[in-house]
Amino acid sequence: MKTIGVLAFQGGVIEHVKKIEELGAKPQLVKKKEDLKSLDGLILPGGESTTIGKFLIETGLKDQILSLIYEGMPVWGTCAGAILLSKNIKNQGSGVLPVLNIVIERNAYGSQLDSFKKEVFVPRFNIATECIFIRAPRIVEVAEGVEVLAELETPIAVLQKNILATTFHPELTSQNYWHSFFVENVVK
Amino acid sequence: MSEIVNERYELNKNLAQMLKGGVIMDVTSPKEAEIAEKAGAVAVMALQKVPADLRKEGKVARMADPKIILEIKSAVSIPVMAKVRIGHFVEAQILEALGIDYIDESEVLTPADEEHHIDKWKFKAAFVCGARDLGEALRRIQEGASMIRTKGEAGTGNVVEAVRHLRRINKQISYAASLNSDELYAYAKELGVSYELLKKTAELKRLPVVNFAAGGIATPADAALMMQLGADGVFVGSGIFKSKNPEKRARAIVMATTYYNDPKILAEISYDLGEEMEGIDLRNLSEHELLQFRGN
Repeated sequence: MKTIGVLAFQGGVIEHVKKIEELGAKPQLVKKKEDLKSLDGLILPGGESTTIGKFLIETGLKDQILSLIYEGMPVWGTCAGAILLSKNIKNQGSGVLPVLNIVIERNAYGSQLDSFKKEVFVPRFNIATECIFIRAPRIVEVAEGVEVLAELETPIAVLQKNILATTFHPELTSQNYWHSFFVENVVK
Repeated sequence: MSEIVNERYELNKNLAQMLKGGVIMDVTSPKEAEIAEKAGAVAVMALQKVPADLRKEGKVARMADPKIILEIKSAVSIPVMAKVRIGHFVEAQILEALGIDYIDESEVLTPADEEHHIDKWKFKAAFVCGARDLGEALRRIQEGASMIRTKGEAGTGNVVEAVRHLRRINKQISYAASLNSDELYAYAKELGVSYELLKKTAELKRLPVVNFAAGGIATPADAALMMQLGADGVFVGSGIFKSKNPEKRARAIVMATTYYNDPKILAEISYDLGEEMEGIDLRNLSEHELLQFRGN
């Protein structure tokens, strides 16, 4: 059985945990270094990227997660998680775990009043999935080696080898497409 | 309710879900907002004065000046909330026009209407409301609140009321979950809430929206206590900026809210924080000085 970690400092943690259980994998909450042992993949949930980033640095989990990602551990960032993984945050330097070759803009759509839901066709799944954007970031540039999996004017889901990022929240819907894609195809 | 209203409501509930496990801090200036963000707050509450000062002054307390709110909004990238008086739907309209992320219809300010809360379904903006028991919580949700917090007794640095309110809500939910359907109808009537909403709560065995603890939280141990009692996160008001070392204390409360189940880490976090805010023994307050009885 695959063990999927969920970074559990703050944010949409339990929602991801439930999805992982529904798919028959084992969830593991990650708050300390020892929680990272023998994970098959790791999810960085939505929440506040400043808060989660701060915890990553102060606990020293940052360096350990970075070396695991370099060694090939599959990782998936949703919303705030996508910001953490970005090599470039527009006008703000880089994410705390800068491994993904994109430029991302925080709160790009505006305040909570501009949060929205939209069905977006995903060629890879050959189906439209429900995408929920909450104070979401926008991917404004994608470098070579980064595959765009879904777009809504700009890329909203990208894959770079073992690194998946979505600017929306699949864990808030009743669908499992993105979680099963991560567990079955990215996590090998 | 139309589908559009429902979709808006779901999105507003979703933002509250993303705040879970975090600390929301009261701030009265851009500088305090920056301290809060740096300490790891997941959101800030923009206020003219913190509850401890509002309590002392005993004057009419209103929504903060939009100037302060907008200055705070531009100082941080985390969500910004702001308070309106209970029933003051025009203050809420103003906050919505300012593009605020969450509106707190709050008993900490002077109530504008002693009978009616704001009809929150009329707004696109998200609302959080205080509650002391299950009936109050569900009535606020019925009116369109997409997040609940315990009322506690704000501005006292005394956690006893927040504990009472959270325990009461939990106890009433367990009780509701133990009832059969005809008993549930009677209980809904007793609480003054709809049967459907109470049934949903009983099935979920928790409130159908995120529930934070608030009112009197002043130490990391207080925050962890509320989390162990089942809160989804914590609001901190005067407890931080009325203490000797706000930066250090804010950071400690953020850490404690995450590591709430780990006494060893809590011991480290609580070490040498300097003087906390002066607390008030609630037995020394007369009933008209208590804020929690505002708005049922």
